[in-house]
Amino acid sequence: MLRWIVWRDLTLAWRRRADILSTVFFFIIVVSLFPLGIGPETQLLRSIAPGVIWVAALLASMLSLNRLFANDLQDGTLEQLLLTPQPLFAVVFGKVLAHWIVSEIPLVLIAPLVGLQFDVPRDTLWILLVSLLVGTPVLSLIGSVGAALTLGLRGGGVLISILVLPLYIPALIFGAGAVEASIMGTSPAPHLYLLGAFAIVSLIFSPWATAAALRISLE
Amino acid sequence: MNLYKYASPATFYPLAGKMIPWFAIPSAILFIAGLYVGFFVAPTDFQQGDAYRIIFIHVPAAWMGMFLYVLMALYAGIGWAFNARLASMMASSIAITGAMFTLLSLVTGALWGKPTWGTYWVWDARMTSTLILLFLYIGFISLQSAIDDTRRADRAGAVLALVGVINVPIIYFSVQWWNTLHQGATIRILGKPTIAAPMLAAMLIMLAACWLYSVAVVLIRLRCIILEREQNASRFAEVNA
Repeated sequence: MLRWIVWRDLTLAWRRRADILSTVFFFIIVVSLFPLGIGPETQLLRSIAPGVIWVAALLASMLSLNRLFANDLQDGTLEQLLLTPQPLFAVVFGKVLAHWIVSEIPLVLIAPLVGLQFDVPRDTLWILLVSLLVGTPVLSLIGSVGAALTLGLRGGGVLISILVLPLYIPALIFGAGAVEASIMGTSPAPHLYLLGAFAIVSLIFSPWATAAALRISLE
Repeated sequence: MNLYKYASPATFYPLAGKMIPWFAIPSAILFIAGLYVGFFVAPTDFQQGDAYRIIFIHVPAAWMGMFLYVLMALYAGIGWAFNARLASMMASSIAITGAMFTLLSLVTGALWGKPTWGTYWVWDARMTSTLILLFLYIGFISLQSAIDDTRRADRAGAVLALVGVINVPIIYFSVQWWNTLHQGATIRILGKPTIAAPMLAAMLIMLAACWLYSVAVVLIRLRCIILEREQNASRFAEVNA
């Protein structure tokens, strides 16, 4: 069941490749705007790089959250999924996993390239990659709660960011903190451990909350 | 006496009406008493001068802001779990008062910061987490107002409030840690460990006043929400007339 959901969502995403690419380009464009707004001093850019890249990742993953359940709601698949005998949180987990693979992994992979624009040292690029790899599941997981709550509402796109962005703050702090610690020459490990702990907590609570929210939204 | 009968909005409506003066009038008296003690009895602070007197509203407002969020989540959770309409209505009516107190504590904090620290805003751990708390309130209120179906609005709000309550301690500690990482010396909100007795008295009187004010205002708003949602129920025909 889980595999079927993930496979189905991946196939659907593959048939609409432009959606994935637009999220990635949004990420690159937002990050590239900062040097234009702030100025090209290398020292300054290097010190703001962790925050800028992480905030851009947060915003980019907001964009794709609307698609998480909306298409399935429109063609009626979501109602069928709710009626399956399998527990709903497993269905939700599958969809979130697929969303992570489709929307977040490309960001994780492109981030080191973007980091080069900010003259981030080479060793730190690895930490950036790892911090995003550990942190982006949190974005998909908590974001899915917001997506389920705002399903089918007018102005859902703006509403979801108001609901979800404040809840992302711990991930931002620990994720950007790990990269910053690495730039400063201290160990990024404590930040990464805490980020991992936050990811595990959201892994436990989010699918359950999303399942409850979906039932409420589809009543 | 069966207390559960008051869980029905129609029965609670007149009771709330009778309760409001019992909270509103003591609240007004305590506000006057607290302000009197705060302005005329409490001594001028040695370091901060008279500017410190803003704590008599700032600290109670900050406490109320935090406490009302938990209370709101509790009511929303009860409303969702037991399908109790009145508890959900209570949650919606607490949200606005809670957001108001949180905003008040931020504004008074900024006004206090300018003469004391020389700046309206620092990214102090407490100020930052209060700001995030305000964002959480705004999320709850805007989600509820975006949903037309009140049943769905109540339940969706409950899920959001409970997710928020789990997140609040995580946010608080992460912000505190982030803060110590970025700033060498953290500015302490209460500069001194000891506090003069009249100052403490004024603060506690103001806290009680804010408490009673919250109960009164929440009940008034609750009555409005009951009227709004139950306007078609036959029992309210005479109230509306």
